[in-house]
Amino acid sequence: MTLEPALGGMAQTDQDRCDPLLRAGNTNCGGCGMSVGLNLLSHALETRKIQMVIPACCGIVTAGPYPWSAYGAPVVASTFASAAAVATGLACAARINGDPTRVICWAGDGGTYDIGMATLSAAAERNEDILYICYDNEIYGNTGGQRSSATPLGARTSTTPRGKTQQKKDILAIMAAHRIPYAASLSLGHPEDAMRKMNKALDMTGFRFLHILAPCPTGWKSEPAEGIELVRNAVQSGLYPILEIEDGIRYTLNIEPSMSDEDLQNYFEKQGRFRKENYDLAVIRKHIDEHWQLIRSRIR
Amino acid sequence: MSMELLSANHAAATATILAGEANRDARGFGCGVYPITPQTECIEKLCRHEFTKGEVVRVESEHSAMAVCMGFVLSGARSFTASASNGLAYMVENVYNVALYRVPMVMMAANRTLGPPWNIWVDHGDALLLRDSGWIQFFCEDNQEVLDTTLLAYRLAEDHRILLPVLVNQDAFVLSHTMMQTDVPDQALVDAFLPDLDLPHRITDVPVTIGGLDFPHETEVHRRQHAEAMDRVPDVLAECEDAFEDIFGRRLPGPIVPYRMEDAEMCLISMGTTASTVREVVDREREKGRRVGSLRLRMFRPFPIAPMQQALAQCTRIGVLDRNISLGLGGITWPEIMATVPRDALVQNYMIGLGGGDIRPQDIQGIVDDLWKREQSESPKIVEVG
Repeated sequence: MTLEPALGGMAQTDQDRCDPLLRAGNTNCGGCGMSVGLNLLSHALETRKIQMVIPACCGIVTAGPYPWSAYGAPVVASTFASAAAVATGLACAARINGDPTRVICWAGDGGTYDIGMATLSAAAERNEDILYICYDNEIYGNTGGQRSSATPLGARTSTTPRGKTQQKKDILAIMAAHRIPYAASLSLGHPEDAMRKMNKALDMTGFRFLHILAPCPTGWKSEPAEGIELVRNAVQSGLYPILEIEDGIRYTLNIEPSMSDEDLQNYFEKQGRFRKENYDLAVIRKHIDEHWQLIRSRIR
Repeated sequence: MSMELLSANHAAATATILAGEANRDARGFGCGVYPITPQTECIEKLCRHEFTKGEVVRVESEHSAMAVCMGFVLSGARSFTASASNGLAYMVENVYNVALYRVPMVMMAANRTLGPPWNIWVDHGDALLLRDSGWIQFFCEDNQEVLDTTLLAYRLAEDHRILLPVLVNQDAFVLSHTMMQTDVPDQALVDAFLPDLDLPHRITDVPVTIGGLDFPHETEVHRRQHAEAMDRVPDVLAECEDAFEDIFGRRLPGPIVPYRMEDAEMCLISMGTTASTVREVVDREREKGRRVGSLRLRMFRPFPIAPMQQALAQCTRIGVLDRNISLGLGGITWPEIMATVPRDALVQNYMIGLGGGDIRPQDIQGIVDDLWKREQSESPKIVEVG
């Protein structure tokens, strides 16, 4: 008999890993969205065996210095651009040897949207048996907060002191365009949906991509305790669509947002990286509406 | 064993297929490959082979090729890739990564001029770009040596006293695209020569992080351990050469390859196929009664300091032939060789055959004549042969 995880998987049960994925001693900041994502993944994993590849980012710094490791799973630190390539080697070796190991890339937006894009695209095109999870804090957090191509329009970073003038890339559409078996965005403010997607992705074969908007209180200049609320604001305002795309063609909308302007206003006003002189909510709303028009045209 | 007509590209691929199959009862073989002239034929041959247990991943760049190889080896598979010139330059970050993670794998480089200007011919500057990367490096002179050195490289790399990657160099076109009669060993002999890869730090289910942060002291220790592994190479290499001879019935040359050096006053030092032409000129000089010898530097890293000192002890005139240039200094091997020559010897550096110019006997003769009449050395000279 299989026990159902208690409280939608949010409480420790017999099925859970005795050792959490992100252990005590990690160096993440308080309120780090990446930590929340790793804890969700830890619950979703249950007893599955995994190997992780983490490129140069906060995700590898948090493991701590040699010989310690704050991760409750084996981890290979790759060079910044190489996570999906190192994972390819591990996943192919596991396959030719019949190992049940699941190989997971855990990478930030810098390693995904920017420097790792070619590697990621190639691994997706080859449909390698990898679960690639991008925790997107919309910034080069590890180097002190510089803009990436995931940084949203208007956000001030140390390299965009007057606010970024371009929109962020639509990473989910880019990955779906590779016609991979599964691409999904998930919300840290909606753990049941997030865990369902993690479980689904873990059990599939081929290339799977999960996108997590991960609040970074240090870079976003927001209150650590308000990160999850900010994600809910992003979801409800329509800024962060929560959907899944199978084989690049079958779109499913998982959370119907209220498209609330109040949520949008709250999202921008609660973060010090946004200053009124650097953004116009009417323009942001227009971009959101255009994006949703595109998404709805793809949902059958 | 069978004699086959093979290019050095195919010699490297043939050796790799044999080595990969030899690990079939363990974790198999796997690699990432990416084409670049003049090594492409090597990876094409790998892509045609169906491994008993293995996978050849056709990646999107050299940088990823090396990263894929690292993933395979960390999971216990044997691995290989090949590159050249700007491909090696693009790969550099992960080349260092592989060495510093103590990943025993083998790479073939078909040494080609770094562009621009774009040039596909031989120059050793691409491999020498990796001088400080922590890889063991060999430079070969013929196709049999490429095949044999590739097999030898796996045994050396995977020895637990070493655990370092090995770069096996061959001259672009002069070897890579030239067919030679090559003795290809049977799989059973290769199986006997290469034990299953047993990587002590193989990734399993144990929660360790490979490649996390190091504080300065841990880095000092890791670098020292890496340096000590390099220091052990000459002894372990000699053991590997003995085992190679026992199993295959032929002996590979050592780290340096002296020719008519017993009583040589003058010595010309070179790498790769340049040495073949040098030996021809040495014979001519010897006929004239001049005591000239040749010394080929076969192992560039670790640098064979003691054998070089011993071989050069009685030389008074030494010509260092570099088929490469460190702009702003001179030849790359020259300052290293300077550290091994007798104190009162006259040493002149010649950079010859840059960009793949054909080095003919008369070009080497010109160097010998220059070296005989020289009263003192001068700054490194570029000898144009094109």
